[in-house]
Amino acid sequence: MLHLTINGKPIEVPEGTTILEAARMNSIDIPSLCYLKDTNVVGSCRICVVEVKGAKTLQAACVTQVTEGMEIYTNSRIVRESRKVLYELILSDHDKDCLFCKRNQQCELQKLGVQLGVERSRFDDERSTRRVDASVSITRDLSKCILCRRCVSVCNQTQQTGVLNLQNRGFKTEVSPAMGLPLGAVNCTFCGQCTVVCPVGALRETSATERVWSALNDPTKRTVVQIAPAVRVAIGEEFGLAAGTRCTGKLASALKELGFDDVFDTNWAADLTIMEEGTEFLGRVKDALQGNPASLPMITSCSPGWIKYVEHHYPKHLEHLSSCKSPHTMMGAMVKSYYAQTLDIDPKDMFVVSVMPCTAKKFEIDRPEMRNSGLRNVDAVLTTRELAEMIHSAGIDFVSLKDSVFHNPLGFSTGAADIFGTTGGVMEAALRTVFELITGRTLPFANLHVESLVGLDQIKEAAIRIEDPLPQYGFLQGVEVRVAVTSGLAGAKLLMDQIRDGTSPYHFIEIMGCPGGCITGGGQPRSSDEQIRAKRMQALYDEDESKTIRKSHENPLVVKIYQEYLETPNGHRSHELLHTRYTARGMHNELTDEVFMVDVPQRAFAKAPLAQSLPRDIAFKRMDAQESSRLMALEAENAMLRGELAETQDTVAVFKRIIQERSAQQQP
Amino acid sequence: MSERHTAVCELKQTDFHEIGNLIDLYFKGKQGCLIQVLHTAQGLYGYLPLELQQYIADKLEMPLSEVSGVVTFYSFFSVHPRGEHTIRVCLGTACYVRGGKKIIDHLIQKLGVQVGGTTADRKYTFEIARCIGACGLAPALMIDDVVYRQMSPSKIDALLANLNKG
Repeated sequence: MLHLTINGKPIEVPEGTTILEAARMNSIDIPSLCYLKDTNVVGSCRICVVEVKGAKTLQAACVTQVTEGMEIYTNSRIVRESRKVLYELILSDHDKDCLFCKRNQQCELQKLGVQLGVERSRFDDERSTRRVDASVSITRDLSKCILCRRCVSVCNQTQQTGVLNLQNRGFKTEVSPAMGLPLGAVNCTFCGQCTVVCPVGALRETSATERVWSALNDPTKRTVVQIAPAVRVAIGEEFGLAAGTRCTGKLASALKELGFDDVFDTNWAADLTIMEEGTEFLGRVKDALQGNPASLPMITSCSPGWIKYVEHHYPKHLEHLSSCKSPHTMMGAMVKSYYAQTLDIDPKDMFVVSVMPCTAKKFEIDRPEMRNSGLRNVDAVLTTRELAEMIHSAGIDFVSLKDSVFHNPLGFSTGAADIFGTTGGVMEAALRTVFELITGRTLPFANLHVESLVGLDQIKEAAIRIEDPLPQYGFLQGVEVRVAVTSGLAGAKLLMDQIRDGTSPYHFIEIMGCPGGCITGGGQPRSSDEQIRAKRMQALYDEDESKTIRKSHENPLVVKIYQEYLETPNGHRSHELLHTRYTARGMHNELTDEVFMVDVPQRAFAKAPLAQSLPRDIAFKRMDAQESSRLMALEAENAMLRGELAETQDTVAVFKRIIQERSAQQQP
Repeated sequence: MSERHTAVCELKQTDFHEIGNLIDLYFKGKQGCLIQVLHTAQGLYGYLPLELQQYIADKLEMPLSEVSGVVTFYSFFSVHPRGEHTIRVCLGTACYVRGGKKIIDHLIQKLGVQVGGTTADRKYTFEIARCIGACGLAPALMIDDVVYRQMSPSKIDALLANLNKG
């Protein structure tokens, strides 16, 4: 333990603690900007500077470790003034068009300015890079970037994709893909984790709200909306509810109030996915056991960021991916075929919107593979944040909405579908169904949870031995099925390297692109709660346990759709509508011509006029006033001196006269 | 060192096995070798186009954005084809006050390119340098690795005439 004082208050902290952590542990807040616990600790913005007794300069609290006897001042005059100047310097190269910025009122830079009490911006002149680069998923606005490097850390360390890095030097420095290439043309997976950590409006999802509003206002369109499992346990945060509040019923009501004709649940399609994916897995295992060529392990394909990652990084191993589309595109395909047929309307007149916790889903619907009969499966993807924005904008009082239920036939779901939104959930849902299909018995785990697959560890694994299967699955007797689960692309790399090297011990792997799974996806509300993953995850497991039907194959509406329309899982119609193929892209997109850029109007940047702000004018006037009083004082002094000079001259004249008279007397 | 500069002109090849072999031999697995690799590659191929950066990134198993981050950070790395000779006029304090600016203006006129540019015939790349540590010889310039002292417009004309001959 080390002993030190902060602002005179004696405290005790373990060795290796930084000044910032030590202060926050003791309820002293040091303002910070670039710092992001466990993710970005680089001291680049310097806002957290503090005075350390004996040190020559101010120290950045986030990167300076405490030492024994340290005397720290976090709020002295020099610290306060320095922070303000630092803030003004950051502002000098930042677009200050806050009023129409997407992050207005939710901007960390804006909040910091209020906290620091900054009242002016003196350094508005030359500006560095000012360009907007929009991909189908993510928009980068370099005129707003403050070079805090959070996105760089998340892209290089957390996700290990290394798409964003600092380019150029000095004033020309920018955060960009290699050589300033557009995001849509490089190996970006569109996971969107950078949009979650960006403190300002520089990185954000490419907005789809205008297109959705147009569809809602178009009487010829039948608007269909669906929401992903992870959205319902996170959207409440955008309306001031506690993290992990379950808002399923309110969401259904809000979407109806927004004017959607059909409010469906992606969960229904998640149950459908389990039927398709489970059957596909059993088929592959059967092939492998009978000596036919089969690609094992099979890997889940619900996460489009993960899919794009593997297409770039492991283009030779795409056969391991399940051929299932992700649940929301399955839903889209079913809406524009089965449901359109039920209603007897032309699928061209339908507009399917998916509300997703994900930025990569925006890219997914743009893939040429995600079309049937020439129509997109899904027409627009809104992130959780965008939907919250629309609900706010429509004047709906979300918190006081009454609960309602989703429309059917595509709205009922089981508990297995809820946990699709968290890491380990897809695997658990699949095991619940596959085990029961094979053995006729319920999965032998307490509360149906596969304990070792629950939680936030990077790689989780489980093994299940099949005993006494049903007669038609006799070939599985005694087989031990080994499964693994990971979330985040760093973990995905570990498992894919095993597959590449032929050492993977698993049969079935679940991979989600974002650390924690969809609950902390790139489109989810930004949160400063360190327990956010655990809270949202718990909410999904609660949602699961609150349902009476908790196994996908028991969903009566899924059973019905197979009877009425699809016939059998992995059957001919399923293959056409619910399955897909993948595109080898290569690390530098060298294997494909596909790019995912969109044109955006580049804002006209007028050269900022030199600041002639009010405070400065006042300062000048004050200076003038001071100047004139000084002049008057000088003039008075001058007059006085002139008087003295005249007196002296008189005296000298008198002396001269006396000397002349004396000398005249001595020379008679 | 100076033969590096002669092996220049436009890079059309996509076969970079030469630097690949060198990476395998000397650099692979060594922490912090990127700058040396880039230096060697620029020596071999004259400049570092995107394709070459991609090759190096793959070979060293590091993100392309990191490679290009280093390439664009250092002014001695170039992503554009360079001239056979590089002229660097010193604009350190001493050279500046002794008329470095005049030297620059004269060269801009003489070569027909701006600072940072390469002549159309790929003969010269024209850059400015911060202090090259030859303040006693101000105003100084470097052509490739040789420092020329106390330059004046007429001396430059003589120098260039000499180079064009050779």
